[in-house]
Formats: sequence, structure tokens, C-alpha cells
Amino acid sequence: MAFDYEKYIRPGKLPHIWCPGCGHGIVMKGMIRAMDTLGLEKNNTAIVSGIGCASRLPGYIDCCTLHTAHGRAAAFATGVKLAKPEMTVILVGGDGDGTAIGGNHFIHACRRNIDMTYIIMNNYIYGMTGGQFSPTTPHMHKASTTPYGNPDPSFDIAKLAIGAGATFVARGTAFHANQIDKLIVEAIQHKGFSVVEILDDCPTTYGRRNKFKSVIEMMNRLKEVAVPVKAAEKMTPEQLAGKVLTGILYKEDKPEYCSEYQKVIERAGGAAR
Amino acid sequence: MSQRLFVKGNEAVAMAAIEAGCRYYFGYPITPQSDIPEYLSRELPKLNGEFIQAESEVGAINMLLGASATGVRAMTSSSSPGISLKQEGISYMAGSELPGVIVNISRSGPGLGGIDASQADYWQSVKGGGHGGYHIIVLAPASVQEMYDLTMLAFDLADIYRTPVMVLADSVVGQMKEALVPNPRPETTLPEKDWVVRGRKEGTEQKIVKSLFLGDGELEAHNWKLHGKYDVMREKECRQELFMTEDAQLIVTAFGSVARIAKTAILTAREAGMKVGLLRPITLFPFPTQAYRDVTGQCKKILDIELNNGQMVEDVRLSVARDAEVHFYGRPPGAGSLPVPEELFEQIKKYY
Repeated sequence: MAFDYEKYIRPGKLPHIWCPGCGHGIVMKGMIRAMDTLGLEKNNTAIVSGIGCASRLPGYIDCCTLHTAHGRAAAFATGVKLAKPEMTVILVGGDGDGTAIGGNHFIHACRRNIDMTYIIMNNYIYGMTGGQFSPTTPHMHKASTTPYGNPDPSFDIAKLAIGAGATFVARGTAFHANQIDKLIVEAIQHKGFSVVEILDDCPTTYGRRNKFKSVIEMMNRLKEVAVPVKAAEKMTPEQLAGKVLTGILYKEDKPEYCSEYQKVIERAGGAAR
Repeated sequence: MSQRLFVKGNEAVAMAAIEAGCRYYFGYPITPQSDIPEYLSRELPKLNGEFIQAESEVGAINMLLGASATGVRAMTSSSSPGISLKQEGISYMAGSELPGVIVNISRSGPGLGGIDASQADYWQSVKGGGHGGYHIIVLAPASVQEMYDLTMLAFDLADIYRTPVMVLADSVVGQMKEALVPNPRPETTLPEKDWVVRGRKEGTEQKIVKSLFLGDGELEAHNWKLHGKYDVMREKECRQELFMTEDAQLIVTAFGSVARIAKTAILTAREAGMKVGLLRPITLFPFPTQAYRDVTGQCKKILDIELNNGQMVEDVRLSVARDAEVHFYGRPPGAGSLPVPEELFEQIKKYY
């Protein structure tokens, strides 16, 4: 029997705003499958987002959803998790929201290692505002505000998260749809701040400016560049040039923030939970 | 004579900035102003200028602050939620007396609101949107031509008064296409920028750009100095449009986009034999108080129309003659809430 996505969807909120060919819907379905696998209760699951195409996702899901200011999802979610540590808190958003305007909040959420899962849909562009370049737009690629090519070097979101202290970092792609829910399941199960970067596509504002002739071509590119971490171990640096590692890139057990704060409460003479 | 072009209001802002000698732009994507950074990212490099898409609006306004401190003409643009983020930097610019142009193609709020045309940023713009008790000059264009002309003026006023200047418009004016005559930059006598940070030369005085004053009485003196400048602005820089006010028995007052709609309603009223006029403030700070005092010498009925729940009306009430009555009609922002001329004509009939 086909998987029943509808039990997690708010039917009145469809159709969604995403363009034909956009991978955000694939990620949303993966996330729903992950929630189902874990048996997450709708009333005990908070899904928090900022602004952008990807940040529209919580609106479609029938959980406790919070649509906040641009870039502020991580800070907002930190408030939710501190007050309600029993809740599963999932953040969703895009590359611009998460690593430009929200970059500071992002790295500090990683550093605190607070038990939340951040799903970043990286489509290399600000889609909603019409295709301006983002911190992940590849060097010298074109966007509406880089008509001659992007002079900025780009962020590697996974490396950024690891460097900032996130204790679980994984990467998938919108092409590898069946892997998405598996990565999200492990991320949610991990006790600490977990980041799942999904390489995504934006045919409307990124693809057409960068000579991708079709969505299929964009999807094929994701297929071609992705190398599972296990497979990469057997590959030479030359073979790995231009490739992107996928799967669980980093995992570490470290004290989690809410638990650590209980120790502070105890030290202060308060009654820990 | 310059040729006539058919362009968007946002493009007119960008064209005027270039003509005004602005070569540095710092911004962050937000609807409905993205035409401005898109235009400038294309055109500035051709003129050896530079465009930076910052990591946030907070980043952009501080980049503007830095560029301005070196004496170059620089600008940023955004829309309401982004302008809120810039308020910290605007307060620092006001305190440090740094010139700079900030364009707000405003949208509806509060919070995320929507992208519809709105005038709900009036208070934030004219009362000093950041902390610490300051004003910035606020210009309110109502046409594509004014988007160009007032942006040009904004750069001059910023340099003359060493102050941030805001061009406050909305998506109606920003996204609308109209004929534009891109006039050349006027020859304005500007004060020498002897305060700029350029690297210290042997034997010259150290230049310091700051808004921190800890010495006894320093900050108080600094505040009085700033407010002295605001008095000069009030005296010299008020601008307004008077339309058919001479014999008017009712004067509509409105700024920016909604003044255009009101004008059509006024012409309808005139056809119906009603003596109705328009007072349109072009500078929102300084507010053209004297113009209100003057027109209410003979006309005792004012109808203030705004795309919000009533903000400018407070300044109108403070400005009119004591025996004048001020009425208000507002359409708070939201999809489909832009009034049509017939709707405003009904209001004119109601209070005439």
C-alpha cells in the first residue's frame, strides 16, 4: 500500500507555492516519512521556519508549526526547546535564511548543541525574492544580483555546522529521495544539535540562469556529484574532485544543552526537571 | 533635454543614485525592492563602482556606515521588515552624523505582514525608528519621476546635513512603470567633507567617527547640536505639493501613492462642482507644518487619507489652524485594500 502522506498534511493549505521541478516537496515527503517512522506525535512536534520558499514547508504540515522572522528560526526554536524540552523540535529552511541572515543564530545553535534537528534545503539561491545569489551560490555562477558571475566563495554548510560544534551532520540530495527520511530519522534520534543538508534544485531562478536545460538535468547533476561517504573512502583525491559527500558526515556524543542547563539549575539550588 | 524613458519606480531610484555619483550599494534581497539591487549589481561595476549583497540588512546598513565614513556616496535599500533591522545602524549614522541614503519600498505589517502597498512605516520613518531621539529626513515620492528626483535630492540633503536620508515609497510607486525624464545631477554647492576617515597624514588632526560621548556635558551638547540641525531642516527643507487649494472648501491631504488616487477623486469632485483641493507633503520629516497652517487659514475642513490606521493624521492635527476640523479615512494594508478613486470620492462627499 502506498504511504499515506495525508495524515500529516493540512489539506486546506494545498496546493503548495513551490514551482514545478522544485525539490522542496521531495524533502517534505521524506520528512513526513521520517516522522511516521519515529511515530512522532503531532502535538509534541514543533516545526519552526524562517522566511523563504523552503520556510513555507511548516504551513503544510499538521504539527505545532511556527513561521518566524527571516533567519531567526534557530533562535526562535531555542526558546521553544528550552521551555518545552520534551517536544521534538525540527527546523526547516533554505540556504539564504539559514547561512546568511541566520548564520549567526545557526552557528550558535550548533555550538550550544541543543537537541533539535535542522533540515536545510540548499538550492544555492534566494528563490522567493527572484533569484539573488546566496552564501552557497557557486563561485562565478549567475544570479539576478550577480549578472557577471558571483565573486563570493561559497559556504560548505556541513563543514560550517561541524566547525561550529553540531554533533550530527548529514547530507543528502533531492535526487536520492529514499535516503532523505533515513538521514532525518537518525538526526532526530541523535541527542544534540543535528543538521541535515539536502542539496536541492531551483529550476526557476537558479537553473535557467546557469544553463541547466531542464529539471532532469539538474537532478542528474545531483546524482552525479553525490558520493556516499563509504564509497569515498576507496576513492582517490582526483576521483573525488568536484564531488560532494553524502550520508552521515559527522556524529559525536557530547553533553546536550538542555541537560547541561539542568546541572546549572541544580548548582543554583533550584529544582531540576 | 534628456530623453523620456519608460521605467519602473525602483529602476528610477537606481538610475538617480548613479547620476548622483553613488558608486557603492549594500543590500539584502527582499520583495518588492529587489529591482534596485538587481539594477545596481548590473550597472555599478561598469562605472568602477561596487555592489555587495550583505549577509543581512544589519550587515548592509553597517557596510553603508563604513563606506560613508570614508566620504563616498553610498546607499542601501530594503522593505519594511528589513528597514526595521537597519534601525540600529540608522541610529548610529544619525549619532555619528554620517550621510547616506536609505530607500524603503515599504510593505505591510506588523511582523511579516504581506507585500502589499502600505504606508504603515510613517511613524517609524519620521519619529526616529531607532533608539536615542533623532530624526532623519524622509522624502515621499508619488511618481516614477519623483522617485528619480527625490533620490537625487536625498544624496545632496544627506551631504549638506550630514544625516541619513530616507526615500519612503511603496510597491505602487516602486513597481509602477511611468515616463521618466532622467535629469542630470544639479550643481549643488556642498560642504567640504573635512571629517572623513582617509588615513592619517603626518601633521594633520586625527579624524574620529563616533556616536559615543562620555565627557562631562559632551553628549548633551551633541544632542542639542543634532536637534539644532533638525530645526534648520524644518525651516529650510519643507516641501509639499498644493493642488487646487486656493478656493477649496475641503482639502484632502495624503502622501505618496494614495495621493495619486486622491487626486483623481478630487478631479471627479471638481467636475461635480465641489471645491476640493490636495495638500501633499513631499517631505514627511521635516513635516510641512506651515503649509497646513496656511491652507487652514481659509479652508476649515481637512480630510487625511492614508494606507494605514492613521499615523500622519497626528502631525496634521498638530499643524492645522485651531478652528480647522481634521477627518481621517484609512485603509490598513492587505491584499485588495488599495482604495479606488470612487471610494475616496464618497469620503470627500461625506465631509464636504
